[in-house]
Amino acid sequence: MSALSRLTATETRLFFREPVGVFFVLAFPPLLLVILGAIPAMREPDTDLGGTRPITLYVPIIIVMGLALFALNVLSQMFATYREKGVLRRMRTTPVKPQAMLGAQLLMSTILSIATMLAVLLIGWLAFDVGLPRQLPAYLVGYVLAALAMFALGLLVASVAPNGRAAGGIGMLLFFPVMFFAGLWVPRDAMNDVLRTISDFTPLGAGVQSLQDATAGHWPQLLHVAVMLGWTVAAGGLAARYFRWE
Amino acid sequence: MAIIEVDGLVKRYGDHTAVDGVSFAVEQGEIFGILGPNGAGKTTTVECVEGLRTRDGGAIRVCGIDPREDSAELRELLGAQLQESELPEKLKVGEAMELYSSFYREPADWRELLATLNLTDKIGAQFRRLSGGQKQRLSIALALVGNPRVAVLDELTTGLDPQARRDTWSLIETIRDRGVTILLVTHFMEEAERLCDRIAVIDSGRLVALDSPAGLVAKVDDRQRLRFRPSAPLDHALLTALPEVTSVERAGSQLVVTGTGNLLHAVTTVLARNQVIAADLRVDQTSLDDAFVALTGRSIDS
Repeated sequence: MSALSRLTATETRLFFREPVGVFFVLAFPPLLLVILGAIPAMREPDTDLGGTRPITLYVPIIIVMGLALFALNVLSQMFATYREKGVLRRMRTTPVKPQAMLGAQLLMSTILSIATMLAVLLIGWLAFDVGLPRQLPAYLVGYVLAALAMFALGLLVASVAPNGRAAGGIGMLLFFPVMFFAGLWVPRDAMNDVLRTISDFTPLGAGVQSLQDATAGHWPQLLHVAVMLGWTVAAGGLAARYFRWE
Repeated sequence: MAIIEVDGLVKRYGDHTAVDGVSFAVEQGEIFGILGPNGAGKTTTVECVEGLRTRDGGAIRVCGIDPREDSAELRELLGAQLQESELPEKLKVGEAMELYSSFYREPADWRELLATLNLTDKIGAQFRRLSGGQKQRLSIALALVGNPRVAVLDELTTGLDPQARRDTWSLIETIRDRGVTILLVTHFMEEAERLCDRIAVIDSGRLVALDSPAGLVAKVDDRQRLRFRPSAPLDHALLTALPEVTSVERAGSQLVVTGTGNLLHAVTTVLARNQVIAADLRVDQTSLDDAFVALTGRSIDS
């Protein structure tokens, strides 16, 4: 087995040894969809939302929440902890560079968050009759762009946090505004113009809208693509600048 | 040919010169010690050898490789055990070994390595459940899993209890017997004296001496002191007449004889000839501690 695949397998195993983390990151998003879907009003067309059913809007919101949890709570904290404990430093003494650890973490986060996405899509479709994306390539493009922006943000947190505990705190602090503008509390369609405009410029506001557009059969809007790429470049650039292996 | 060559190594941190022109060469199959007080520049020196830090001056070759030039090849040949480096808490011993062996071109048999280090029964244990001694042994195992020609062990026994420390020492000798050259950083005299073929004494970033443990002691002073309680009164002149003896003093019921060379043999011969028995006989020799004080002007712990 190559070092990267062995490393990814090991990191995934370690991830599954933290039951609290597994619950929040993997089980919580589908569970939240089920709970919301159990509320009758969520399944009724809402005139305030232009006749859309709220549960339809919550599917992409919960999918991007899966990304946010991985990026801000798992990736950032694991990385900062590994640096703090000298795990990355020890790797530097082997032929495998610690960059491989970064690759393994990103690979694991991508695979597991795609699994969450599929689970949420399927539950939405089977249990609550939420239509599957009509424009699948567009959906994947939107998802990948949102994932890139969030992972870059997570790595930025890992770069500036002095230790694992601080990374966890900063990640949590970022999670709430990011998810607020993604529409977790008030879906974008129910936001007033000011909030929605702000939301357009946040990584997951743009992400949710792109997924919503692709579900309806459209390609993401140029603005949202630009916003997600912008966050990736800005956060990724800063992360690269401040990143320390030890 | 030397397996590690360090020539005029200089490393600065801002205005502070941590290592100032250190030179030494380690021969194949040696246990080579770097001894010095905390903050002397020992770790910085070996980290330059390991390629973890970039030197500001001088030359380094490990198996002919410059750590600055070809770090990928160096890492196949050099295994390092670092001070204060942990593993993920819930990683199991066997998983760590399997993972790290996947990093190398020609890894050692990690199960056999764990057996050598008495860790076989800990294969399924998570890192956080290991004792200090077990963590250190795992750390050595990880340093050796790539089948290195050189192993750098930094403050290996710090924080271990005396028994675990002695166990670790015999392990290091076992490793050397496998043909691995060992560069050992320590601030324990006893450890250096017991393990090392040669020792480089470093103080304030400079090399102050380089010799075998016995050589370092002899360089400083070969005075010895005998203490004993004579079974019968003895004329001091009988002893002072010996060329080996420099002085004889009485301390209570004891005689203290100071001298050089084969002092013990000379004195006991005279005693036997005069039918005097030396009770409670003790021999004090200059220790590496004394040598260190003489070389650096201070004790290692200060």
